[in-house]
Amino acid sequence: MADLTRLTAAETAARIAAGEVSAVEVAQAHLDRITEVDAKVHAFLHVDTEGALNAAKAVDERRAKGDALGPLAGVPLALKDVFVTQGVPTTCGSKILEGWIPPYDATVTRRLKEAGVVILGKTNMDEFAMGSSTENSAYGPTGNPWDLTRIPGGSGGGSAAALAAFEAPLAIGTDTGGSIRQPGAVTGTVGVKPTYGSVSRYGLVAFSSSLDQGGPCARTVLDAALLHAAIAGHDPLDSTSIDAPVPDVVGAARNGDVRGMRIGVVKEFGGDGYQAGVLERFNESVELLRELGAEVVEISCPHFDYAMPAYYLIAPSEASSNLARFDAMRYGLRVGDNGDRSAEEVMSLTREAGFGPEVKRRIMLGTYALSSGYYDAYYGQAQKVRTLIARDFDAAFAQVDVLISPTTPTTAFPIGERADDPMAMYLADLCTIPSNLAGNAAMSLPCGLAPEDGLPVGLQIIAPTMADDRLYKVGAAVEAAFLDRWGAPLLDQAPAL
Amino acid sequence: MSYEDALSSFDPVMGLEVHVELGTATKMFCGCATEFGGEPNSQVCPTCLGLPGALPVVNRTAVESAIRIGLALNCNIAEWCRFARKNYFYPDMPKNFQTSQYDEPIAFDGYLDVEVQGKTYRVGIERAHMEEDTGKSTHVGGATGRIHGADYSLLDYNRCGIPLIEIVTKPIEGAGELAPEIAKAYVAELRDLIKALGVSEARMELGQMRCDANLSLRPHGQEKFGTRSETKNVNSLRSVERAIRFEIQRHATVLTDGGTIVQETRHFHEDDGTTTAGRVKEEAEDYRYFPEPDLVPVAPSRDWVEELRGTLPEVPSVRRKRLQAEWGISDFDMQSLVNAGAVDAIVDTVAAGADSDAARKWWLGELARSANERGVEVTALPITPAQVARVAALVKAGELNDKLARQVIEGVLAGEGDPDQVVEKRGLKVVSDEGALGAAIDQAIAAQADAVAKIQAGNLGPVGALIGAVMKTTRGQADAARVRELILEKLGVS
Amino acid sequence: MPGITREEVAHLARLSRLELGAEELDHLATQLDDIIGAVARVGEVAADDIPPTSHPLPLTNVMRPDEIRPGLTPEQALSGAPAAEDQRFRVPRILGEEQ
Repeated sequence: MADLTRLTAAETAARIAAGEVSAVEVAQAHLDRITEVDAKVHAFLHVDTEGALNAAKAVDERRAKGDALGPLAGVPLALKDVFVTQGVPTTCGSKILEGWIPPYDATVTRRLKEAGVVILGKTNMDEFAMGSSTENSAYGPTGNPWDLTRIPGGSGGGSAAALAAFEAPLAIGTDTGGSIRQPGAVTGTVGVKPTYGSVSRYGLVAFSSSLDQGGPCARTVLDAALLHAAIAGHDPLDSTSIDAPVPDVVGAARNGDVRGMRIGVVKEFGGDGYQAGVLERFNESVELLRELGAEVVEISCPHFDYAMPAYYLIAPSEASSNLARFDAMRYGLRVGDNGDRSAEEVMSLTREAGFGPEVKRRIMLGTYALSSGYYDAYYGQAQKVRTLIARDFDAAFAQVDVLISPTTPTTAFPIGERADDPMAMYLADLCTIPSNLAGNAAMSLPCGLAPEDGLPVGLQIIAPTMADDRLYKVGAAVEAAFLDRWGAPLLDQAPAL
Repeated sequence: MSYEDALSSFDPVMGLEVHVELGTATKMFCGCATEFGGEPNSQVCPTCLGLPGALPVVNRTAVESAIRIGLALNCNIAEWCRFARKNYFYPDMPKNFQTSQYDEPIAFDGYLDVEVQGKTYRVGIERAHMEEDTGKSTHVGGATGRIHGADYSLLDYNRCGIPLIEIVTKPIEGAGELAPEIAKAYVAELRDLIKALGVSEARMELGQMRCDANLSLRPHGQEKFGTRSETKNVNSLRSVERAIRFEIQRHATVLTDGGTIVQETRHFHEDDGTTTAGRVKEEAEDYRYFPEPDLVPVAPSRDWVEELRGTLPEVPSVRRKRLQAEWGISDFDMQSLVNAGAVDAIVDTVAAGADSDAARKWWLGELARSANERGVEVTALPITPAQVARVAALVKAGELNDKLARQVIEGVLAGEGDPDQVVEKRGLKVVSDEGALGAAIDQAIAAQADAVAKIQAGNLGPVGALIGAVMKTTRGQADAARVRELILEKLGVS
Repeated sequence: MPGITREEVAHLARLSRLELGAEELDHLATQLDDIIGAVARVGEVAADDIPPTSHPLPLTNVMRPDEIRPGLTPEQALSGAPAAEDQRFRVPRILGEEQ
């Protein structure tokens, strides 16, 4: 039998449904793979062996009884450690939550369980999803399976690395400024940020509430669509959840086609600061789309240049408030309680000890931006920029069906290179941030390797709000054409671990 | 400085902030029960406990209550408003921000008329907004058992997240020496209005309604307001009056001595009616308000607002005037009813068939006395207006006299059942068997020849003695008026 | 826009309940100054007639019925508590006051 860890999620589910393999065998194969390679990759913060095998066993039992199984029943998945899981530790990559075992499940967690998905464990991430390299995890960095000395992207580096290292065929990430797409780009995997409000945030530990969005990570466009369909949809526990049917993403992924579509290249994303190999692969993708029958035009979104400054005001501001609850009173770390110190002192000592440098930096920045006297100049202005960016998108989508750009300006950089240079680190999300500010949908999928370093390059596809299906329609067409050209999936070129 | 001296130099300006805990079944942003008195931390969920990842969803009934309060206070209702986060660290508040409303309240710019000494004052309402309550801390150890000097604290979050409506007045100017009474009358009127709306029981002793009182003084003729103090948690009508009075005298003393008033929060002490300064903060608070990103705006449609307007009760002050006219009673009598908290009970008793005089007589007499003995509100007694109306009906029909009626009420309060059951069980029927009465009368006439002679000579004074004897024989179960008639008839003087 | 001072950074740390060390404070002051200098660019484009966007979706009036939902048991509620006593969260003595 073929190596179960190399199968796609769709293939795995089909084999389980057909009785060719049991869910327990599939789960065990992945747990074995994790045991084999994760000491090197460090994609997981917690592996839930018992929970995974029990979930797999339940799927096998349901199948034995003749129950109808869902399209992902028995498929293993790596869950970003920012979603709460009842009875399973959830740390958000932070020391302040070390050992915390949530008493409830996130809506995404619950839906995955209901779909018969087998949750293998919780993946590594930048602390509270703040970062683009997973170096900000309190539990040590994750390596990029293409080159373990390089970053796997962030904040969802663990989820992306788990896919690229064949530790799981599916993963869940969250994308606040690019934390699904940028890791997808630098690991040669597929990552989708759905339209804001289409995947419930209930139980997703908040970084920036108006930007955070959970989404699927996979090795193929179809797998991402299947996972997207499993987790998306209205949730009455999330006030910002869209109460409308989810677009048919699976149908779109099965029928990739760009013929007759108008596709816009974002003029502002390219040129100085972009790695030559990244631009080379991107231009190749543009040509490919033309060959496939799309009309490709250049579109200007003049305010995108202001997206990053706006993001680095809005996200830290919301974060400074969202992270205030980590105060040593009700759960998590408590430092310095010697019976004499006050609650206030213990709070300050705990937060000082429990948060890493990037989290502190953003809390301070957000506190500053919201302070009276500065609010209008910073937070208020940033919210106006948000309006301008949404208008740019509206104008663009009046002319084209989707926009495209490189996902990230460079390929994976070496671990440590930008660790204490926040401004350089922030550049990694230059192309992904506008969609978080406007709330629309976007995908990153592999478009080849940069010739100068042999590392994966991501192509970003951006669709209007609630037109997530367009991502899959275009993505599936591009994926099929590249597969044709390359003769095998890109990840087959990754070095063996 | 005396109160009168203070007012001879200064004009008081007040501002009142009242928090009302809504009587909804669930909390403002989650489905936890709001019931009072549960086991600690038994009415909590991830949302009100501020667990990582949990999110709020607005309680529709709480929004409706807020709109109805706004409408009853003659406010404009916002066509679009939002919640905001008020950020500050406090262990009673699990998220370390309070979800409140900042510059976009649901209701704004209204008024409430209050009556003091026969004159009507219009108190301007700045705003009414929605927010959530905090948890409760118990301070353990230390000498005082209070917050300062405690060894540690214990937190219970059952109350955390209960919906609050904060109602803020505009500056109340021109009140002069009546300031304390106007403040008290405003809070009382607001309480009655809240109760009439049915959105809260507004029981101040249970913290369901809490008042913060701001006060400043300015010299007569000056337009600019003076520096204000904010006295926190003034939690009874009487305390509102006393706190304002104390602060007027305190401010006047400081100002007259050439001192300056510090803008600060102060605590009111029920025992001696004074206020003391709160802990001085090292740095000015900065709440870093911003729109709550986990909630979407509330945009009440005009139809919805009009529908809610249709549910508003009669304004309590208007209703009182109407009832007073209907019942034909004096201002003083009406005030007694209001003070006794018996107005609604009387309305209900009248609705159950009693005439208003009888209803007032029982609720203000026997029942008020009973309530007083038990130390409860008269409406908390275990007797219903319908039962009181039935007692009144029995008296009217001549089947009970007052003395027996009191025994019936006593029986109902003791849990012996409905008035008719008590009459039955205790055998309390008026003796109306004329044969039995006749025998008792004959016996009395025979025993008191002197009295009989006087009566027959035209002196009716001693009739009372004969009636007394008959009542004694019948153990009080006779109708005294009927006995009198029968005696006079028998003696041929009628 | 003037740069951020060390005193301002110290004030922000107190507001944020972070007990920063002296060296950390200096380091952060430099970094925050850089970042604030860069993000201040948002002032260049957004004019007075541009409305702010606080939220990507134009949703309004999301409300739930006033119906009780099962929450957590006290044991679950207290399961993560660093300290508990009498079914309550035990915390160090509180100095401040309710607002």
